[in-house]
Amino acid sequence: MNLKTLSMSVLLTAVALCCASALAAPAPDAKTEPLKVGFVYVSPIGDAGWTFQHDQARLAIEKKFGNKIQTKYIESVPEGADAERVIRDLAQNGYKLIFTTSFGFMNPTLKVANQYPKNYFEHATGFKTAKNMGFYNARFYEGRYLAGIIAGKMTKTNVAGYVASYPIPEVVMGINAFTRGMRSVNPNAQVKVVWVNSWYDPGREREAADTLVSQGADILTHHSDSTAVVQAAEAKKVYAIAYHSDMSKYAPHAQLAAVTHHWENYYTGVVQSALDGTWKPDRVWGGIKGGFIDVGPINPVVPAAVVALVNTAKADIASGKLHPFVGPMRDNEGKERLAPGQTISDEALLKMDYYVEGVQGKLPTK
Amino acid sequence: MDAFVNLIALTLAAGTPLALAALGELVTEKSGVLNLGVEGMMTVGAVAAFIVAVNTHSPWLGIAAGAAAAAVLALVFAFIVLSLMANQVATGLALSLFGIGLASFVGRDYVAKVIDGLPALHLPVLSDLPIVGALFFSYSPIIYLTLALFALTQWVLTRTRAGLIVRAVGESPPAAHAIGLPVIRVRYLCVLFGGLCSGLAGAYLAVAYTPLWAEGMIAGRGWIAVALVVFATWKPWRALAGAYLFGFVTLAQFQVQAWGTAISPQFLSMLPYLATIVVLTLISRNALTVRLNAPVSLGKPFHPGD
Repeated sequence: MNLKTLSMSVLLTAVALCCASALAAPAPDAKTEPLKVGFVYVSPIGDAGWTFQHDQARLAIEKKFGNKIQTKYIESVPEGADAERVIRDLAQNGYKLIFTTSFGFMNPTLKVANQYPKNYFEHATGFKTAKNMGFYNARFYEGRYLAGIIAGKMTKTNVAGYVASYPIPEVVMGINAFTRGMRSVNPNAQVKVVWVNSWYDPGREREAADTLVSQGADILTHHSDSTAVVQAAEAKKVYAIAYHSDMSKYAPHAQLAAVTHHWENYYTGVVQSALDGTWKPDRVWGGIKGGFIDVGPINPVVPAAVVALVNTAKADIASGKLHPFVGPMRDNEGKERLAPGQTISDEALLKMDYYVEGVQGKLPTK
Repeated sequence: MDAFVNLIALTLAAGTPLALAALGELVTEKSGVLNLGVEGMMTVGAVAAFIVAVNTHSPWLGIAAGAAAAAVLALVFAFIVLSLMANQVATGLALSLFGIGLASFVGRDYVAKVIDGLPALHLPVLSDLPIVGALFFSYSPIIYLTLALFALTQWVLTRTRAGLIVRAVGESPPAAHAIGLPVIRVRYLCVLFGGLCSGLAGAYLAVAYTPLWAEGMIAGRGWIAVALVVFATWKPWRALAGAYLFGFVTLAQFQVQAWGTAISPQFLSMLPYLATIVVLTLISRNALTVRLNAPVSLGKPFHPGD
């Protein structure tokens, strides 16, 4: 046996062994095959922010369902044609349940949903549905209201600074809820808003935060994606309320609390129904009640009485006793927006295009 | 008075990354090389500075690493366009894309990290003086470094033989070559200087200004720096003024917003660009100055053997 035939036979034996071991492995049983769950994210997961919170939920369901499911995520997917390709790819590769977590994924998701009628699609923050596509969103403003209570009690200058991204209803809703929360405990409180016209630009967010502090704000909050605002607060020795995620690591002294999103409960429910075969497209707008929103770790400098106040308000919002937008409510030009006792409708909320009393300045879209 | 001092301080802090990057690009362009990779070099500078600052706990080492990393990237660019004589515009654009991608890749595990930023200067007595202390002696050290670099560059470019050589190489490489100047070597050094400055600018952002690393944190500042150089007609002081003007208008429009005026923020956020272009165009409107200052061979490859 020369060298060549020797190596050939070794190779053949190896191949044969491999095949044998592959055959010996237990064939996947149709019943125990895991449910494949795909996630499409618009930005990198990072350490804090919108996508990070969704990924936390993905990890939570992975832990809960163990080998009953198998998850996969694709991050930094641009909204548009690329998104459609990514979503279709997942559907094609047997991902039965697909979460797409950015507003701009709505139309691509819908298109793919129509092409893959047997797959289930869940789209965050949109408004379109199909036979196999539902949407879900969170009432972020409820958390903002609670954070406002803390801010109203903790401010000494009675001025809070709000670094905001774009003047769209979702952001305006947050500003107004925060202001109403603040003024529910501190009628003199004022909120100053600076728009940075970007979801993500740490430099500009920092500049906006510094400006607000120089104009007397002693509590900062933000509706933008980076940690720059809470870091600015830490550096300037003022307080901050973080958004999306707990950012206390970046501002251990400054961060009073964080308004955080939690998708764990919702995702758990959806996955369970998909496993049970009872999944149906739904339109979900959850809040404190469904565990979608919380006010994160409250800094020990916040007095117990204030924490109690927040907890009461939280329980009342959950039970429906309290709504951040109940009349009498005027906008900051004095026009009555809600009659006494009137609760705002969801439709009016989603179209909110005015500042409530207590916010300084004029809303730029008008 | 406090508000004024504050505005000055914030302006200097906001304008510094632009000023540094513009200075580097200005010297690069003066030697006749157009490097559009500033955004990429800044991003790489930022991520390298942050990674080293995290691991060594020394913001200064981080800043040095940022400058060095961007310089390495600049060397790659120089090799491609000066030794291999590739198209400078295309290579520069590629460098930007590559730098941004590379930074996201190597920075993946550092998004979550927290560092102590580079502290601002604090001199005993001097920094504590009322107003004067805040106005002159309390900035980030990088800001003083930037001003010193500008003074030095201005002096070297206009008053020294080295500056003359750089300008000669940028004006007419064949003539410079004919009188025995090492055209390619001079251009290598100028590109390298550009890389160092861009890296410093990125490092300042990641280690001093907003001590964090995240993808996209440079947010277009590199492109603004490239534009500043042109609008400043390749004069260092004008580039510096342009950078600080840009920073000033950015902050002024935030101030105006925080006062609660009814001007649309979309319009206001356009203002820094508009104001900088208008002002620099006005001060540089003399066509002769533009012609005299623009490096004639900008963007054209030079082969010493031709």
